[in-house]
Amino acid sequence: MVNKMMFVLLKQLVKKPATNPFPVKHAPKNVTELIEKVQRGEVKINPPVPVPEGFRGKLVYDPERCIGCQLCIKVCPADAMEWIPELRKIRHYVSRCMFCALCVDICPGKKFPGEKKNVKALRMSEDFLLADYDKYSDSLIEEPPEAKEGGV
Amino acid sequence: MMAKTQYYVPVGPIHPALKEPIRVEAEVEGERIVRVDVKRGFAHRGIEYMGMKRNAIQTLYLSERICGICSISHPYAFVIGSEKALGIEAPPRAQYIRPIIAELERIHSHILWLGVVAHEMGFDSLLFWTWKGREKVLDLLELLTGNRINYSVFMIGGVRRDIKESQIKAIKDAIDFYRIFTEEMKNVFLSDPVYKARTRGVAQLSREMALKLNVCGPVARAAGLRMDVRQDNPYDAYADIEVRAIVPQDIVGEARGDAYDITLVRLYEIEQSLDIIEFCIENMPEGRIMAIPNYVVLLSKIKKTKGEAIGMHEAPRGEVVHYFKYDGTRDGPAVWKVVAPSYNNINSWAPLLLGAEVADIPIVVAYIDPCMCCNDRVAVVRDRDGRIMDYSLIHRKAVEKTMRLKRELGVRA
Ligand code: SF4
Ligand code: SF4
Repeated sequence: MVNKMMFVLLKQLVKKPATNPFPVKHAPKNVTELIEKVQRGEVKINPPVPVPEGFRGKLVYDPERCIGCQLCIKVCPADAMEWIPELRKIRHYVSRCMFCALCVDICPGKKFPGEKKNVKALRMSEDFLLADYDKYSDSLIEEPPEAKEGGV
Repeated sequence: MMAKTQYYVPVGPIHPALKEPIRVEAEVEGERIVRVDVKRGFAHRGIEYMGMKRNAIQTLYLSERICGICSISHPYAFVIGSEKALGIEAPPRAQYIRPIIAELERIHSHILWLGVVAHEMGFDSLLFWTWKGREKVLDLLELLTGNRINYSVFMIGGVRRDIKESQIKAIKDAIDFYRIFTEEMKNVFLSDPVYKARTRGVAQLSREMALKLNVCGPVARAAGLRMDVRQDNPYDAYADIEVRAIVPQDIVGEARGDAYDITLVRLYEIEQSLDIIEFCIENMPEGRIMAIPNYVVLLSKIKKTKGEAIGMHEAPRGEVVHYFKYDGTRDGPAVWKVVAPSYNNINSWAPLLLGAEVADIPIVVAYIDPCMCCNDRVAVVRDRDGRIMDYSLIHRKAVEKTMRLKRELGVRA
């Protein structure tokens, strides 16, 4: 007997899979080999599902625009912002961030000569592939370049 | 010699079948459960204490993390309570945007539950089919808020993101999709003979029991109680909509309060949510979306204001209640107390499990859609005689143990 449930489920067999096979259709046996193949152009990566407008991805920090007001530190619920007193700038730990964008909302930013409006020092990018073995890896810390070089 | 007939089956706190920690201790005789005890308190995170150390904006987003699925229900109760305590009122447009987000969350939570229940019964293809349908509402929430879960859009005195004209079209499309999908789900779940056989009379809670155990949300409504915060204490746009609690006696004529009825209630609530969203987008007033757009001004106002209030919201699992006291000395709540629906609903496990078959445990456990991490608000440690041990004593004991170990290991301080 084919009841409604079986009918609905059987219908799924002829449908296209709903899952986007990102980055490749099947898990590779050897990841490094796959990466090399992609670099040589032998394998094409299936792109991820595009993110919508206003997506909250990894935070991007522009130290040039930062006036050191520390408001972002005041509102950040996750304590992902650190004050660098020597430079009067901030350091952002992506691994602690919970993507609420409160810091972006509150950041006053600064305008360069010739600009009409302030531009914020913080903004949310579309970058969401953030997995890493080290939560303090370079790609997961946003800080002024001087901080990286000077080791502060 | 008599053979042993009763067996002790402890489940949890950490167990492959449980997604969150809780302990069920059962005595079984053959397939029947003859004695049962439910122990909770394994997921205490001290979140209220943390909230009382932060400012109100930080605490609002902390409240979002009380539960991953009700990630707008706790902030909703939070903003309603805080606005009352602080004497702020959200602009009308925000009062219409908030229910839209909250109802979208209800849709995704209810579909999630339908999938979970199908999985617990062994209908795994059904699980994937329902969750495939659920993706669309998550995508829509991502479009509206920027995040798939933990939307971070509410603010004390409004919402942080407006709904644009282009997004209204996406919402309408999703409504059309879910009208058809819910109809299909109704057919699949409610008319399937096996589903019916597995749920009819299982986890059956009478009206009297429901009142006595103080259950809430869909569990109470399935037992025929007309209770819904949106109906009883309307807030925001719900006051204009006149939400009516969905009870089985209005749909099929009688309420039996079993797992089948609760499926019915949840399915019809998805349709109700669609109606609410439709009403909200059609009647959404123009205007501002935040009463105090500047967070610094908002925080300084909070710091100057004294007040206390209770905020309530009907979460997908039942009522969420937040109590606040702002004392006018700091920019966050001086007292913050959270009551989540699963706390009441888990009360139903012990009486329902008694006399049930072992194979029905997953259904009894899953039918209330439990959320353990919402539950635990305090941890109380008692000594052998049942006296409560206070924190300083526990701390002293911890220090003593370190000292003793140091002595034993010969480590000098
Ligand atoms: S997005 Fe939120 S959590 Fe992340 S740094 Fe900004 S305020 Fe902190
Ligand atoms: S990033 Fe923005 S909010 Fe943070 S200190 Fe700099 S200017 Fe202020």
